[in-house]
Amino acid sequence: MQSTSHAFKDNARAALANQTLQKAMKHVKSGFIDKRAKARARLPEFDALRDEARDIKNHTLANLDFYLERYEEKVTASGGEVHWTATAEDAVKAVLDICRRVDAKVVTKGKSMISEEIALNQAMEDAGLDVVETDLGEYIIQLRKEPPSHIIAPAVHLTKEQVEADFRHHHQELPSERQLSEPVQLVAEARQMLRRRFLEADVGITGANFLVAETGTSIIVTNEGNGDLTQTLPRVHIVVASLEKVVPNLEDATTILRVLARSATGQEFSSYTTLSTGPRRPEDLDGPEEYHVILLDNGRSNMLGGDFQDMLRCIRCGACMNHCPVYHAVGGHAYGWVYPGPMGSVLTPNLIGVDEAGHLPNASTFCGRCEAVCPMRIPLPKMMRHWREREFERHLSPPAVRIGLGLWAFLARRPKLYHFVTGWQARLLARFGRARGRFDALPLARGWTKHRDFPAPEGKTFQQLWAERQESQAKGKSAS
Amino acid sequence: MAEGQPRVGLFVTCLVDLMRPSVGFAAVKLLEQAGCTVEVPQAQTCCGQPAYNSGDRADTRALAEQTIQAFKGFDYVVAPSGSCAGMIREHYPTLFEDDPQMQAAAEDLAGRTYELVSFLTDVRGMTTVDSRFEGKVTYHDSCAGLRELGVQDQPRKLLGSIPGVELTEMVEHDVCCGFGGAFCVKYPDISNKIVTAKTDNIMASGAGTLLAGDLGCLMNMAGKLQRRGAEVEVRHVAEVLADMTDQPAIGEAASGGSD
Repeated sequence: MQSTSHAFKDNARAALANQTLQKAMKHVKSGFIDKRAKARARLPEFDALRDEARDIKNHTLANLDFYLERYEEKVTASGGEVHWTATAEDAVKAVLDICRRVDAKVVTKGKSMISEEIALNQAMEDAGLDVVETDLGEYIIQLRKEPPSHIIAPAVHLTKEQVEADFRHHHQELPSERQLSEPVQLVAEARQMLRRRFLEADVGITGANFLVAETGTSIIVTNEGNGDLTQTLPRVHIVVASLEKVVPNLEDATTILRVLARSATGQEFSSYTTLSTGPRRPEDLDGPEEYHVILLDNGRSNMLGGDFQDMLRCIRCGACMNHCPVYHAVGGHAYGWVYPGPMGSVLTPNLIGVDEAGHLPNASTFCGRCEAVCPMRIPLPKMMRHWREREFERHLSPPAVRIGLGLWAFLARRPKLYHFVTGWQARLLARFGRARGRFDALPLARGWTKHRDFPAPEGKTFQQLWAERQESQAKGKSAS
Repeated sequence: MAEGQPRVGLFVTCLVDLMRPSVGFAAVKLLEQAGCTVEVPQAQTCCGQPAYNSGDRADTRALAEQTIQAFKGFDYVVAPSGSCAGMIREHYPTLFEDDPQMQAAAEDLAGRTYELVSFLTDVRGMTTVDSRFEGKVTYHDSCAGLRELGVQDQPRKLLGSIPGVELTEMVEHDVCCGFGGAFCVKYPDISNKIVTAKTDNIMASGAGTLLAGDLGCLMNMAGKLQRRGAEVEVRHVAEVLADMTDQPAIGEAASGGSD
């Protein structure tokens, strides 16, 4: 998808002015946070499991080549095929080649952020394929021709009234007087529309939450069961997954699963946890005839061994954005590309470049709530700061910021001069601000006073007053 | 200097120094009540966080070295700010990974540095304060103090020892106020949205006074409350704990004050 991350400020402004979006975003706050907190409270070993989960991924990343090769061996042994793809284009081509070879017309899809990352839907539609998203949220945004605004709740930016309007517009064959105002009615209608498509599909595409090296298994977690229908009914199942999804064995996968759903939705486990190993065997009653894994790098191997390796532990639970005050304020689309919120602010510059996505790691108050809730203990603020350092080194930070910072640092590194300057600054500001105690406009602080008053300083600086106090105490002593 | 009293270097913080020195004096009073001797090195300016969070590592290191030098020899270094204390404790040691000698000095300073209120309770064992304050207060947990240093119960415990104080918790008291240092001027509209939500919660709490432990957050919230015409006084928690609330609240004029 075409990035608008460079226009983050404009995107954010539009999002803040969008009343419907603001109404929808209230659900993020109320929906996810309490549920996660309760799930965590119910599991005393939750934080210990986070440590274990982190260690599993660290071990895997340190031996990534080994586990990926083991994984491929096992997939091949089970009758499937792994396609190693370096770039988004390679991955798209691999999928299209399979679709062409099997003469596919209809393709169903389970929810997959990797397919968003490589803009797979657009490419398949351009190739004449009939592509159907089967996750409810993805189905809704496909109708609206929008990207997801959240990595696990793609349509969280919409109100149910908007969804009703979309369904009435797109499902013209259904009676116009039908009731459609309740979520349960919307779900029933989507299910009715999708049922037929599952049966028509030639190819089913899913993502993967885990790739298990020990068994060559791909695992998905869903709540709607659409993933199962997507991968078992068509003739061909294609898994698109990035290479850091691999874990050594099933035991490791289940350890991480114990923190995944709790962190994401506050569930102990998703409604469905589905394991796929190869195509249908002769004795199986159903399942696909072909099983393919499109294994995508797309810049991730460059993150190994560097400042951003920890980001490869991410299991895409969405807890960081669910707890982010900036995400709450502007929603996911403002971030301008596939991955929003704190994890996106770290990952996106890695994938599409910091020149394009430079705003994202800056648009954080560093409140630290993302790191505090991350099940994989990824130091997200620290890595956003790494991006800021690179931007500063490359002179990508705005000139006004650099000049202001330079002047301030020049003074702050010279305590005597600093105390002299701050001394008269404080007195001057205090003199002008004394009558009201504050300013509603200040020439060099418009960003501040546009929205809030600026307090007047008390008068002298602490250092001046402290020096006076020391002096008078010394005098008092010498007089006595 | 009295025998056996720990020698504390006060890290004033640049905001308290410039904007609200009375917070510094409140800190001194509390530290003295806790049996410490307080000194204020003049060679201090700022902990370097503005440079650090802007990606300017060279200036950050220079300011960290300056601070490390200025506070050599003190038993403890105490700051009336979770953010600045967090910078010294959690981040200084990571700045000198290529310089073992400086790194050791940074780690030494980090181990002696505390946020004011948690120092009073956790290190000095203070359980009560001698203060007269009447009214309903609400307490905002500033992010760095809360998540880097675990400051949450300590200020509430000491406030609870003041007979006239009625603590009423606001909704989302542990959620960011939208200040974020330079963030609030780099992304003013987003910051405004966050501080609007915060001040909604403050006003809904019914408290007459808002307290917190970091002046940056306090200035942000006070400025928004005043812009919205809310009748909530805003003070640093140290002012109330030290019984030093005679001066006008943040952003308020002295009564009958005119130039």
